[in-house]
Amino acid sequence: MTPHTTTESTRTPPSPVTRRSFRPERTLPVRVELERQLRRRRTQVVFGLVVLLPVLLWVAFELAPDAPPTNSLSLVDLATGSGLNFAVFAMFASSSFLLVVVVALFFGDTVAAEASWSSLRYLLAAPVPRARLLRQKTVVAAVLSLVALLLLPAVSLVVGTLAYGAGDMVSPTGASLDYGPGVVRVLSGAVYLAVHLSWVAALALLLSVSTDAPLGAVGGAVMVSIVSQILDQITALEGLRDFLPTHFDDAWAGLLGNPVDWDGMTRGALSASIYALVLGAAAIWRFQRKDITS
Amino acid sequence: MHPTRGGRPSLALSAVLAVLGGLLLTGAAAPADVRVAEERVTTADGVELDTSLYLPATTPAPAVLVAHGFGGSKASVDADARALAARGFVVLTWSARGFGTSTGQIALDSPDHEVADARALVDRLAGRPDVVQDAPGDPRVGVTGASYGGALALLLAGLDPRVDALAPVITWNNLGQALFPNAAAAAPPPADTPAHGIAAPDGVFKSGWAGLLFSAGRDETSDEPGAAAASAGPANPCGRFTAEICAAYTEAATTGRISPATAELLRRSSPATVADRITAPTLLVQGEQDTLFGLDQADATARQITGAGGRVKVEWFAGGHDGAAPAEAVRDTVGDWFDFHLAGIGDDPGTGFSYVVPSGVRAGSNTPTSRTLAAPAYPGLPGAAALLTTPLPLEGDAQEIVHPAGGRPAAITSLPGLGGALGSAAGRISAFAADPAGQSATFRTPPLEASLVLAGAPRVQVSVARVPGQPAPAEAVLFARVTELDPDGRRTLLGGAVAPMRVPVPADGTPATVTVTLPGLVAPVESGNRLAVSIATTDQGFTSPVEPAVWQVDVTGDLIVPVVPGTSATASTVPLGPLVGIAVVLAIALLGWMGFRLRRRRATAPVAAEDGPPLRVSGLAKTYAGGFQAVKDVSFTVEQGIVLGLLGPNGAGKTTVLRMLMGLVRPTAGTVSAFGQPIGPGSPVLARIGAFVEGPGFLPHLSGADNLRLYWAATGRPAAEAHVEEALEIADLGAALGRRVGTYSQGMRQRLAIAQAMLGLPDLLVLDEPTNGLDPPQISAMREVLRRYAARGRTVVVSSHLLAEVEQTCTHVVVMHRGEVVADGTVEEIIAGGGAATFTVDAPERAASVLSDLAGVLSVEVVEGGVHAELNGTPRAEAVRALVAAGVEVAAAGPRRRLEDAFLQLVGEDRTP
Repeated sequence: MTPHTTTESTRTPPSPVTRRSFRPERTLPVRVELERQLRRRRTQVVFGLVVLLPVLLWVAFELAPDAPPTNSLSLVDLATGSGLNFAVFAMFASSSFLLVVVVALFFGDTVAAEASWSSLRYLLAAPVPRARLLRQKTVVAAVLSLVALLLLPAVSLVVGTLAYGAGDMVSPTGASLDYGPGVVRVLSGAVYLAVHLSWVAALALLLSVSTDAPLGAVGGAVMVSIVSQILDQITALEGLRDFLPTHFDDAWAGLLGNPVDWDGMTRGALSASIYALVLGAAAIWRFQRKDITS
Repeated sequence: MHPTRGGRPSLALSAVLAVLGGLLLTGAAAPADVRVAEERVTTADGVELDTSLYLPATTPAPAVLVAHGFGGSKASVDADARALAARGFVVLTWSARGFGTSTGQIALDSPDHEVADARALVDRLAGRPDVVQDAPGDPRVGVTGASYGGALALLLAGLDPRVDALAPVITWNNLGQALFPNAAAAAPPPADTPAHGIAAPDGVFKSGWAGLLFSAGRDETSDEPGAAAASAGPANPCGRFTAEICAAYTEAATTGRISPATAELLRRSSPATVADRITAPTLLVQGEQDTLFGLDQADATARQITGAGGRVKVEWFAGGHDGAAPAEAVRDTVGDWFDFHLAGIGDDPGTGFSYVVPSGVRAGSNTPTSRTLAAPAYPGLPGAAALLTTPLPLEGDAQEIVHPAGGRPAAITSLPGLGGALGSAAGRISAFAADPAGQSATFRTPPLEASLVLAGAPRVQVSVARVPGQPAPAEAVLFARVTELDPDGRRTLLGGAVAPMRVPVPADGTPATVTVTLPGLVAPVESGNRLAVSIATTDQGFTSPVEPAVWQVDVTGDLIVPVVPGTSATASTVPLGPLVGIAVVLAIALLGWMGFRLRRRRATAPVAAEDGPPLRVSGLAKTYAGGFQAVKDVSFTVEQGIVLGLLGPNGAGKTTVLRMLMGLVRPTAGTVSAFGQPIGPGSPVLARIGAFVEGPGFLPHLSGADNLRLYWAATGRPAAEAHVEEALEIADLGAALGRRVGTYSQGMRQRLAIAQAMLGLPDLLVLDEPTNGLDPPQISAMREVLRRYAARGRTVVVSSHLLAEVEQTCTHVVVMHRGEVVADGTVEEIIAGGGAATFTVDAPERAASVLSDLAGVLSVEVVEGGVHAELNGTPRAEAVRALVAAGVEVAAAGPRRRLEDAFLQLVGEDRTP
């Protein structure tokens, strides 16, 4: 360590420069937070997994021995019918768990990981106002989640179309749709999933600001989702199931029919937005008042 | 699950959740208050009927008769009756004569018996004050029922004009035609409606179903009282059937043919005789999986009723006698029908047509595998659009098929009575067994170019001829069916049914050409798949001749398949309630955001006083959530240009003070202000403070250089202000700067963190234990750095638990212990004290008395190996002289080190609890 001598001559009282140049609304710009997150291994692994999943599915279908012919189609038979069906299958296969984990990871890890690295206190003392820190981190987590949610159907479409052709989309209800509109429907399904998973995002964020353990925040959000899915299996609960946050997770299947069935998706969007509002507000409230002791 | 913790905002938001969540639920059925009264009613011919009257909460109300199916009793329609009563209808159910505990004999919905019974029940409703009356003796009444009960509903409505609405389900139009179907005719009726069947006379006996139904009636040997009167005992082959019916069945089962007497008997039990007299609005529900009463039966009823000016709505549901029983959806449709037509409640169900398209996909129970399509009207009825058909060419040469003597083995296409279990498992019933070899001829279409939804009964022209030299009776009994073939060779029998035909074949060898109506069905056919028509000589479900035969069969012309364009009947519109809910949620979010911004703008308005000491701590206290008092009433002020040491043992509360100084922890009491600005979470004045508190905090996956760059970028200040080079000089990391921080040693991280704190050359630098993990040369360099830093007019606060550290680095010191300030001043002040001195002597007691005698000395304190004295201006040399003169040996004399004493005392206390 060598003490510097370059500024020895400037023996002046503190200049007011810092006072003028600090602007709270300029702190933690999105591109900075994006770079901080994108260079993390876990972000790269998530994106790699999302890209790899359709390829794995395709390999699995190719390796699967030909089943003895039966008289009815299974969902897997349907999946290999066309690229669109393949993409729909990939989304069905991943929507209830993989995508929940991805969203919970991006949102649950974002603050808790900083706390575990102790870098949170330096950001807050920089100072990045707490609400702004949460907002910028939410924006970046949302961008990453949205990209992952759109990447999955997009890659599935490419893989599926190369492997099974640009045929019609045939839904489990037997309705069929041309390739062009089908692509729009599949991507719209991903957008619905993004809206629907906002409750997972808000819950993960709330847990993220409440704990210094990233695993606890991510795992907690995923656990709540799984418990809700299990409760949703109990048909005896009847109307009460409408209140479960995961109840409408398959509502995007309404996009596969012709015309589109908006009912479930509208209810799902309402349910998700209420949960997101309440949990998100709780996250902000909690983070504003929390003593940072990490 | 309650997501939020306690507190005002979460409570308010929970209320919002509850209100909006309520919008998610629609029309949960209110618990119904239904009373049931049982009564035995004696009819004019002396038969006792077992009835139940369901009374709704509010009367008078319109009434509905619910008739049960064959082999059932009033108990089997209890759930339907309760559902209708819950909707507010007076519901009357009864066990038909010959069933349950009702007496009498089964006459198959004969107008003179069962229908007369139902009319008598309507008479009784006419006398009840709790039933709405249209006119004296004319109650407002509807009638519904499935199968046997459905035919009763049609017959009652045809014979009794007092019926105001009816909803017959999966029932027959012509019982003779249903039990002895003949789907072939040389001169067929027009194919005007989707399932217009050919009702040729002299059909083929549907012995499988007929036997099952007959045994269901015969085995109805209830042990309840009243049944015994009619039951002639288990030995009676006629059971509870009338002698007439029993004889007709015996004859049909023996000959396999329908005699004129039987035809007449079944005709009387057929709604076909009276359907043209029905004027009440009729909801016809028929099953798509029904080999007993196919879609053609409802089709015929619909044509008859509308032909005479009546109005019908037709629904085909995914089920029937071979599939699922009418489900909740059908019950709702029927309820809505009566709601509108009897009570005037709800929307007009209209006179449309809907059918369910099963996809044939096996999926989990949560995934719907069918969709409902709706058309504005049943095609071909008066006033409705004409039926659309698609011709599909058929390929295949004339083929010879064998009818084995005795008709065995026979092809199995359906299992009467078991179909329900199988049918509910799969959307389409598959061909269970391959056709016995040589017994069927198949004609295929080319692969379809576009997908197609068959809806109705396809037709095909078939020619049958004798084969020279082969035996053959006068008539050919053949069975036609439609199958779907996919490119992998999978065959699916569509509709699960076959169309039997009895074709007289000329003896001279010329072919007989007939048009055949295949069973009515609904099936989606994917493009690339083929349709095939098979003509077989046997079928398990029917009586075929015993004589052996060889026939040559061929198809002429195309397969004509009906299609009914429809729109998906599922709710496609966006529901308004949830949409409004989303708008409300977004509005609340927007309002909350705006309110937050407003409050923050007010909170961050700059405080006028711009000047003040770099740091002023007053009355600061912090009690953590667990009740631990980390800091109690700490006050001190740091002036510009000094290096302040915050000295105290571990746990003295130094770090908590520094955390409050950084806005990370909220004080329980007191304030911290810097440069005259109060410090709270995110205060802008924090930008003038550089801090390193309680260890470094870096992103381990980034290099040291990237960490510093991104940290500075996160402050949002111009890169030129960072003075990165100066900070990096202090860090002195060399090439390691490009490595991931995760690979750094403790000391490297420590230096990098101090460099980060110095980024932007903050006016106040706060360092917590900065020399931890540094080696001696680095420690000494660090002291130099800090001194120079303060020399430039800036201020440094260093916390440490090491006295030497503070003594060598700082100009000022604040000593903390157990959350309180125990000493505060310049280092010299505290070290030198106000003339206090310490003498190391061999005889402390004597020395004390000597010193006490000196003029001006205020206080003397004897300690181990020496004395402390407050000399109060008396020179130390004079004191030494006095001691030596008194014979006391003085080993050392110097200023009393109060700081060290105080500190050691504190440390000592801490170490010996």
